[in-house]
Amino acid sequence: MTMTLSDLLPLMPLLLVTGTAVLAMAVVGIKRHYTLTVLVTITGLLLATIVAATMMSSTNQQVTPLLIVDQYSLFFTVITCASAMFIAILSYPYLQNLQDQREEYYLLLGVATIGAVVMVSSNHFVSTILGLETLSMSLYGMVAYPVHVKDSAKFPLEASVKYLVLSAAASGFMLFGMALVYAQTGTLAFSSVVELVNGETEGLGAGFSVVALLMIVAGVAFKLSLAPFHMWTPDVYEGSPIPATTYLATIGKAGMFVVLLRFIEASDALEFEGVVLVLSLLAAASILAGNLLALLQENIKRILAYSSIAHMGYVLIAIIASFYVEGSISVEAVTFYLLAYMIMSLGAFGVASVISSSETERDHIDDYTGLFWRSPWLALVFTGMLLSLAGIPLTVGFIGKFYLFFAGVEAALWMLLVALIIGSGIGLYYYLRIVYRMVLKADAATPLTSNGAASLSAYGVLAVLFVLLLILGVYPAPVMNLIEVISATI
Amino acid sequence: MILVAIIALLFIGGILAWFTESINPRLPRVVALFTVSLTLIFMLTLLGNTGAEWIASVEADWIPRFGISFYLAVDGLSLLLILLTAFLGIISIGSAWDEITERAGFFYFNLLWTLAGVVGVFTALDLFLFFFFWEVMLIPMYFIIAIWGHENKNYAAMKFFIFTQVTGMLMLVSILVLAYFHYVQTGAFSFNYHDLLNVSFSGRLEMWVMLGFFVAFATKLPSVPIHSWLPDAHSQAPTAGSVILAGILLKTGAYGLIRFAVPLFPAASMEFAPVAMTLAAISILYCAKVAFAQHDIKRLIAYTSVSHMGFVTLGVYAWNEQALQGAVMTMLAHGLSAAALFMLAGGLQHRIHTRNMPDMGGFWAKVPRMAIVALFFSVAALGMPGLGNFIGEFLALLGAFQANIWLTVVSAFGLIFASVYSLWVIQKVFQGEYNSSKFDDSHLSDLSRREMLYFGAMMIGLVWMGMYPQSFLDLSAGTLSGLLSATTDAAVAAVEVAQ
Repeated sequence: MTMTLSDLLPLMPLLLVTGTAVLAMAVVGIKRHYTLTVLVTITGLLLATIVAATMMSSTNQQVTPLLIVDQYSLFFTVITCASAMFIAILSYPYLQNLQDQREEYYLLLGVATIGAVVMVSSNHFVSTILGLETLSMSLYGMVAYPVHVKDSAKFPLEASVKYLVLSAAASGFMLFGMALVYAQTGTLAFSSVVELVNGETEGLGAGFSVVALLMIVAGVAFKLSLAPFHMWTPDVYEGSPIPATTYLATIGKAGMFVVLLRFIEASDALEFEGVVLVLSLLAAASILAGNLLALLQENIKRILAYSSIAHMGYVLIAIIASFYVEGSISVEAVTFYLLAYMIMSLGAFGVASVISSSETERDHIDDYTGLFWRSPWLALVFTGMLLSLAGIPLTVGFIGKFYLFFAGVEAALWMLLVALIIGSGIGLYYYLRIVYRMVLKADAATPLTSNGAASLSAYGVLAVLFVLLLILGVYPAPVMNLIEVISATI
Repeated sequence: MILVAIIALLFIGGILAWFTESINPRLPRVVALFTVSLTLIFMLTLLGNTGAEWIASVEADWIPRFGISFYLAVDGLSLLLILLTAFLGIISIGSAWDEITERAGFFYFNLLWTLAGVVGVFTALDLFLFFFFWEVMLIPMYFIIAIWGHENKNYAAMKFFIFTQVTGMLMLVSILVLAYFHYVQTGAFSFNYHDLLNVSFSGRLEMWVMLGFFVAFATKLPSVPIHSWLPDAHSQAPTAGSVILAGILLKTGAYGLIRFAVPLFPAASMEFAPVAMTLAAISILYCAKVAFAQHDIKRLIAYTSVSHMGFVTLGVYAWNEQALQGAVMTMLAHGLSAAALFMLAGGLQHRIHTRNMPDMGGFWAKVPRMAIVALFFSVAALGMPGLGNFIGEFLALLGAFQANIWLTVVSAFGLIFASVYSLWVIQKVFQGEYNSSKFDDSHLSDLSRREMLYFGAMMIGLVWMGMYPQSFLDLSAGTLSGLLSATTDAAVAAVEVAQ
């Protein structure tokens, strides 16, 4: 099969991101200049975002058997590139005083974004694995980035190794599942699984099909840190520098979820009762475990880690619902919730990153005491993000939760809805706990250090996210219409 | 449009109040007072148009994907309640005038946003919008308790928030089931109240969906057994917070029962009525008893609130004209009397820094004006004829008697208990021996002129309700008889279908 120029055109965003990484590398090779490298990365990612956004209305094409470039993948390409750009901006002040080479971090960030873009565009096991590993490999590096710094506040090496070992094991599971699928169908496209489901293949028999699917699900569950595959999450989140945690928690999760959604939609894997049961158990366990374990944490990153486990459980409800519901409402629910989740997680981690730096990470809950009176705008943004995570109206998180409830009601998943309500109820406690710390009387003994002018752009990012949070929470109709259109194509 | 203007005014006024703090810390309270007075004037202009079924309404598409519209409308019942909201809003600003000195801007921001949420709840006729406002009023209230509250504020604020939010989510699921059934039956998404009234259910599902609404409203009301957040929230909240909580927020639950829970599910509500009325009777008697055992004066008043709101539940589930009129009247009168009692308790705490009643005594000689005011509102709360509370509770019992004789007889004992604890408070605090060793009485001063002005306004309100209740009954009569006939038709139709 030959590639023509018209095949390359839909890949423009991917090529732009790749070009950004290469160019950044070249710049570092010619002259080490921190600000320049950052600027190159940000510009490239911005360009990719814009190009992907302009292509969205017109492109719908399978490029090689590996990648599908349709409205849905472009939508998530936009989100991924924009989030990566935001993270790059947030990293800039954070890493400014790192006593080490700082530029390569942005290379890793660019390469990770290539992986994420491949993931959101894949409907083939090979591209899934390629994207996933590209993303993960770069993340190992990003997580361990401050490893040479003497008094680094955290344990980047521990986090990185933990993530590396467990992630590799999960990939192994996933690959073995894929191999079993291949053994029966002879292809690796997601749609091939339909043949398994319908029992059209001679192969090894239905028992093996279920095993294959469950192994894939286990691998995915690990990457999404669904309970009981969640053990690594709090440790890795806590040990990594905050921008890397942000990347892991937002793009890493969303990319994997898009793959899962496409896989479920293309393969009819939910025809197997066993798979539905396992997914339901994963969802319920994640919601309860995530929320319960977050209750007594003292570290903001650990709280957000556990809360992300719970949130992934929430979204899984909509995935399960897609099997029972006609029409695309559950796909829309997943899409909207992921968008909401990206905004609120970026915002919440962003606030932590703005008041931290690579030498002093302010991730203990006490660091936030009196933030409302010391720096009201920052506290307002953080409060907004936390309330949104809790699903309170006026914020995008409420609309997201509304979607999930709607999907759950249509599919009549009553038990999962009960889990969702209980989980959200518990969740209120730890979100409000942070909010309460912020409104307490200020403790003058520990003034906030600021990264000075370098933080200005980071504040800008937070402002953009906060405005998005409110606009999508109060007037979500335009985005809903967009999501309705793109979800029909998946 | 006037409804949009009222709500927008409160939201914008809140933001303005917050910003003006940096100019002058005394400015926020002025801005807040001005805003709420302006909204009250706007609302009063609506009174000129009370002939029509809907005095004012506004409808616009909001989220077309789900058929959600921005639909506000006011009828007689809503109008009475939003008037109460604005009136008590002004009173609460008055009670906070000198008490809140720290971070006043943010305080008045929260106060106005709570009021905006409450007005939204009383006027929204799209169920999604209703739920939206229902939740919007929680967050500012949480901040009011958590920031300006007393010694155990974190616990109280958290409890308040979690109770109302979790039960709110149950209501959200019920709303969604309702909307989904509408979709299945007609093929179109809608959250419009009038559309959803036509949804029909089969089997036990109606009861479950109704329960989702009932639990949310009963929590807010509150009714035994989900009332335990209220004494904590009330005793920890600053005075203005208690005024809004007792005077207005509790009424949103009762309003929800009248407007949504019963009319949307007439058959299930009829079946459920004996249970709800039993809960109401238990609330009335049990909380009156518990109130009697309190040492903390604010907790005592909080429990009496639960007890009085029991009459509202009783009246709503009796579901006939007298009972409903009684419920509405009780809501209004209790709004004023409870708010006044909380202001008195808050005023005492502000002066002597304790809420512990055994330490008090003999204040009549020291603060005679305060004592007389307290006596007036205690007597109002215990149901003295001639004042608003009597009309409300009498009508509620009269209506309930037609529905369920035994429960009404039992509930009527609540009136006797009310006399006991009300007079008990007066005896404990204002009579007996004065002993200044137990508290710091250096700031013990009588009510100021400004305070007398607020209490005077509330007294006039209660006397008006007691002497000429017809002016209030007329306003709500149209709404209530409309609801009654609609549900009777629906219930008859349901019975016919069943046969």
